[in-house]
Amino acid sequence: MIKERHLNMALIVVCVVIPVWAHLADEPFIITLMTRAAIFALAAVGLNIALGLGGLVSLGHAAFFGLGGYAMGISAFHAQTFTPVAEWPFLIEGTKSMPAIWLISVAVSAFAATIVGILSLRTSGVYFIMITLAFGQMFFYFSISWPTYGGEDGLSVYVRNGFPGLNTLDPIQFFMICFAILVAALALASRLARSPFGLALNAARQAPQRVETVGLDPNRLKLVAFVISGAMTGLAGALFADLNRFVSPAMFSWQLSGEIMVFVIIGGVGRLFGPVAGALVFVTLEHLLGGFSEFWHVHLGVLLLLVVLFGRGGLIGMICGREGSHD
Amino acid sequence: MTLLALSNVTASYGSSQVLFGANLRVAEGEVVALMGRNGMGKSTVVKCICRMMPSQGTLAFDTVDLSRLTSHQTARLGIGLAPEGRRCFAALTVFENLIAAARPGHWTFEKVVGLFPRLGERKTQRAASLSGGEQQMVAIGRALMTNPRLLILDEATEGLAPIIRQEIWAAITRLKLETGLSILVIDKSIRELRNVCDGAVILSRGRTVWSGTIEELTPQVTEQHIGV
Repeated sequence: MIKERHLNMALIVVCVVIPVWAHLADEPFIITLMTRAAIFALAAVGLNIALGLGGLVSLGHAAFFGLGGYAMGISAFHAQTFTPVAEWPFLIEGTKSMPAIWLISVAVSAFAATIVGILSLRTSGVYFIMITLAFGQMFFYFSISWPTYGGEDGLSVYVRNGFPGLNTLDPIQFFMICFAILVAALALASRLARSPFGLALNAARQAPQRVETVGLDPNRLKLVAFVISGAMTGLAGALFADLNRFVSPAMFSWQLSGEIMVFVIIGGVGRLFGPVAGALVFVTLEHLLGGFSEFWHVHLGVLLLLVVLFGRGGLIGMICGREGSHD
Repeated sequence: MTLLALSNVTASYGSSQVLFGANLRVAEGEVVALMGRNGMGKSTVVKCICRMMPSQGTLAFDTVDLSRLTSHQTARLGIGLAPEGRRCFAALTVFENLIAAARPGHWTFEKVVGLFPRLGERKTQRAASLSGGEQQMVAIGRALMTNPRLLILDEATEGLAPIIRQEIWAAITRLKLETGLSILVIDKSIRELRNVCDGAVILSRGRTVWSGTIEELTPQVTEQHIGV
């Protein structure tokens, strides 16, 4: 068996080498694909905190992805039209600064995750899945019925937001920004999993009542994990919107929630680099098989079936063994 | 000073009442045995103290009314439980089991290892792969890591090999002598209980039928209420 640490390093190398090669070979499309994979991986790292550590099967994470995206879209829209976002109780201007937009996206999605979490965590199991799905759909239909920001047609942003000292329109530079954020998110997730909070969360997933007897409130632990998870997914949404320079209600769709979950399951639930492996496989299949047939999801479905049936630790578990997982 | 006081506690599992009036007192620094035959309500009393099930009657811990608290609040108040059947977090290592429960205070991982040296040797091993005795040590260590004022040991030596039982009893004795921790012990080993405990309470059919000092717990009393 290959050590998980070595495989993780290999994945990092793949994530760096392919875009650098594509840059040298003048293949900007490949860089964009890798940027897409990095952003999806970031969203999935977020979901993995709730799902892998906390055991929270959320089918509404696209809501946070969409909120992050719309936070970017609305900020940039007002900046490019020179109109304020709000004039009362105080003047709020739009912005095209990436760091400022990231902060807004994280704050908005964390706030939404707090509200959704407080209400959803009163339930568990299939009811939790359903209530998170319901929240996701609620945001989806809200975005459709909001004509100011494009309604069903979505909202275009004509220039990519700026990052101090970098040319964000250069694919490789934008990829490096997304990749750096992904690495920071992985470092945070790793630290979180090993911290007393992460261990207590893991324990709460296994046996909530036992955790209570050692003085920990399992619901509070799960809520904190859900909020961190939602904020991270929201940040991914802001980057995704910046990549496409377009936001639409599709970012809130339950299909996207399902796809983020598929990244985690294919890569390995609770495995640190599971979401990275899952997102890379997904984007690769989407690119390679999508050229042959528009029904390429059938092949993805077969892969998902195989992973669920024969490799419960996901691709990482199949290569490195199940021992390292949080399962 | 009385640390834990139960008075006329009643409790039911659904429509089946199992406690009909449990009375119990544990003073600061005292080790008390909670005794009784199987099915007499000992573990139910523990569940009531730790608020793992609803109950009626008076439950007070250092003047705080426990009946208004949740399970995690009682633990934060200073009641540490090593539950029946160990119930370690199977997927976590020994170290992780202890750190997950840690609260600031006297007890640290190193101090728990000082009490149970085996846990130091098994630090990185998952709880699921430990022997029953080692899992029990983890369960006690985990309860100590919450830095409790009262430690409840529910059947801590049940089903263990004699040599491991000796280690557990030696640790309980050390806890009593070196830390002055209040301990409520539920166990069937009368001989060991006599060596460690200051007082005893006997439950029968959900009621407290006898309580007194360990010196007063004569063979006649145990024969009458426990049958041994």
